Amino acid sequence: MPDLAAGLAHPYLQNALAGGLIVAVLGAFVGYFVVLRGAAFATHALSQIGFAGAAGAVLIGIEPVVGLLAFSLLGAAGLGALSLRSRTNDVGTALLLVASLGTGALFLALASNFASNVVSLLFGTIVGVDRAQVGLTAVAAACALALLAAIARPLLYATVARAAARSAGVPVVALDFAFLGIVALAAAVTVPIVGALLVFSLMLGPAAAAGCISARPGVALALAVALGAVAVFGGVAAAYETDWPVGFFIATIALLEYVAARSIAAARAGAGRGRATPAA
Amino acid sequence: MAEFFASPNVQAALVASAIVAALSAAIGYFVVLRGLSFAGHAVTDVGLTGGAGAMLLGLDPLFGLIAFSVGAATAVGAFGPRARERDVATGLVLAFALGIGAVFLHLQTKFANAQSTLLFGSIFDLDPALLRVVAAVGVFAIAAIAAMYRPLLFASVAPEVARSAGVPVRALGFAFLIVMAIGVAETAQIVGVLISTALLVGPAATAIALVRDPLRGIVCAMAIGIGVTWLGIALAFASFDWSRGAQSWPVSFFVALLALAAYVAARAYRRVRDA
Amino acid sequence: MTAPASPGAATVAVAFANVGFRRGERRILSRLSFEIKAGEFVGIIGGNGAGKSTLLELVLGFIAPTEGTVRVFGNSPHGTRGLIGYVPQRIELDPDLPLRARDFVALGVDGARFGVPFPNAARRALVDEALGDVDARALAERPVGRLSGGEQQRLAIAQAIVGRPKLLLLDEPLASLDLGGAAEIVTLTARVARERGITVLLVSHDLNPLAHAMDRVLYLADGRAAIGTVDEVVNEDTLSRLYDRPVDVLRVRGRIIVVAGD
Repeated sequence: MPDLAAGLAHPYLQNALAGGLIVAVLGAFVGYFVVLRGAAFATHALSQIGFAGAAGAVLIGIEPVVGLLAFSLLGAAGLGALSLRSRTNDVGTALLLVASLGTGALFLALASNFASNVVSLLFGTIVGVDRAQVGLTAVAAACALALLAAIARPLLYATVARAAARSAGVPVVALDFAFLGIVALAAAVTVPIVGALLVFSLMLGPAAAAGCISARPGVALALAVALGAVAVFGGVAAAYETDWPVGFFIATIALLEYVAARSIAAARAGAGRGRATPAA
Repeated sequence: MAEFFASPNVQAALVASAIVAALSAAIGYFVVLRGLSFAGHAVTDVGLTGGAGAMLLGLDPLFGLIAFSVGAATAVGAFGPRARERDVATGLVLAFALGIGAVFLHLQTKFANAQSTLLFGSIFDLDPALLRVVAAVGVFAIAAIAAMYRPLLFASVAPEVARSAGVPVRALGFAFLIVMAIGVAETAQIVGVLISTALLVGPAATAIALVRDPLRGIVCAMAIGIGVTWLGIALAFASFDWSRGAQSWPVSFFVALLALAAYVAARAYRRVRDA
Repeated sequence: MTAPASPGAATVAVAFANVGFRRGERRILSRLSFEIKAGEFVGIIGGNGAGKSTLLELVLGFIAPTEGTVRVFGNSPHGTRGLIGYVPQRIELDPDLPLRARDFVALGVDGARFGVPFPNAARRALVDEALGDVDARALAERPVGRLSGGEQQRLAIAQAIVGRPKLLLLDEPLASLDLGGAAEIVTLTARVARERGITVLLVSHDLNPLAHAMDRVLYLADGRAAIGTVDEVVNEDTLSRLYDRPVDVLRVRGRIIVVAGD
């Protein structure tokens, strides 16, 4: 890797790694709850709903990220409303997702110019990240993490034992909405880096893989951060070497990590040492 | 409006879209019952990548669509029947497939156009040979669902009891995923990936909220699916007038919105009825 | 399809011969040998982890014994499709399930059959009969997901008997019911089984609700079993031997309580 070592001197690669690492850390912590709450589909939906917002922003001539964030948060509210009666509403999520995409299609059709910065929002432009964006990403990620830390304990309680938590005074419904809002924020932060379509790779994969290996939250979180970092480093390095899109490498590494973790967990269970974890 | 419906292209579009709407509703009934909405949607996204990839290679996109869709369904099925693991697996398989799409896009920027076509469908541009294939696949898929109906319902409602009665629960689940993938791929070919997800879960979920028993529910879902699709097409046509002839709004937009509206309305009705 | 068999008949419904079952390192059942005659109502009693569900799974053919043989009506468990009705431990029905009670019960008739389902008067008659047997005729058109736990339990029993099985297995049906509900289910099950000539194996961790209905009790502890009438089995000698530690058996106003001795 002599190329890479030299390449690291370049600011754009440094920015790419910095941005990717921030997202990996964010993804590990948010992803821990996403897996616990079975919110994988909601996460995917929120990133796609955000995409429609970006298209709308382009249509009315404002910064796409603003539309992205606005629609993501609106989407979170919509998903929360649809899930009021049942814990997770897969059907409602699917329909809201598709309706948003349809709206995005409408915006694109009306704008009549296939804005290239909208397409890049689909796949990510990690090598197009500049210093200022890294800074912004760091601030947004810090906000999301701070919010998550603030509600982490009651959120865990409400996720694992909803009825008991409610009787203990935990505002379970408000937490449902708050959590979706945090996911929306995290997705909006992640999207410009790895793209709307690949948010999973860092928000779901590492946390799920870590959960298969260890049931202890501290260990699982640390492992998730590590796995995310591996995916980011590996992805950026491979993208640098081959010139192929970084999102592809990150997604592939994340999937391999998960398959490996599942295999390890299965092997452990087979050896009769008992199940490693109930989490994923 | 009369000339619109007289055009053979439009008539073909209406027939083809009705077939896939009915097909999607029948399959979708079990998708909703089994909690496979995410898998159903993910399979369409993955199929999109495969179809566009096939188009790039100069092949019939249906091959790529079906191959990737069935592949995705197989991968999801392989990870196991438990809902949480399946959703995680679905997300990661989806991300992986989209990553491949990113590579295709990188290698061939025409990929974006191919994707666009598949995202929204080429409903008014149907090849008559394709219509025959659609009808054939449609008949096959509906026949498969009809044949599997009882054991599938049993396995979806009471899996342990079904197993004790000799239903091959795990194998049947797998088979259903494959049928779903084929049905969804076929629908996407006609009306695009976006509408195919809407038609898969929307009408079925609406019918489930309104109708008490499965057989009538499936018929109701088919009717709602066809209605939503045709209404969407009509509205898209009408929108031509709204924009004073500049542009018609996409069919996908109307169908998706109608599907969502129907579902929300049915849920609200159910809530009022049960109160 | 089945002639009602009296408890004294010679047919053996379930026969375990030296059956042992191991899962990984854990031994769950050891050297079980017993015969259950056709028409009997046998309660399978034991605490958590005693091996009760494993025993049912062996009868159902979901698992194979590590040692010994299991025979159901003379055949290996795999050849018994249609002979066994099964009510599993948890009946988790989504409240929004679009299925009427009669649709749910109908699954027990031909739910396993492939092929296009045509409307069938014979099936409808069987369902109506089963609903009547469990006193659930009034529930026939109600959506099954909205019924109470006890009502769903009765429908699960109807589903299990509608296909005219010869053997009925119930896994902890009383666990989530109150005392009144438990008594009702036991009485109902005993009556239906007697009328239809069905052999019953009912798993429970508490034998008291079953005491008046069962012919014999199969008491499981640490994978070992003792079978006989309540008086034969539920006494200090037999249970102390079974548990391999001192056991006290107390009778309090008609109820039996088994506690660990000093």
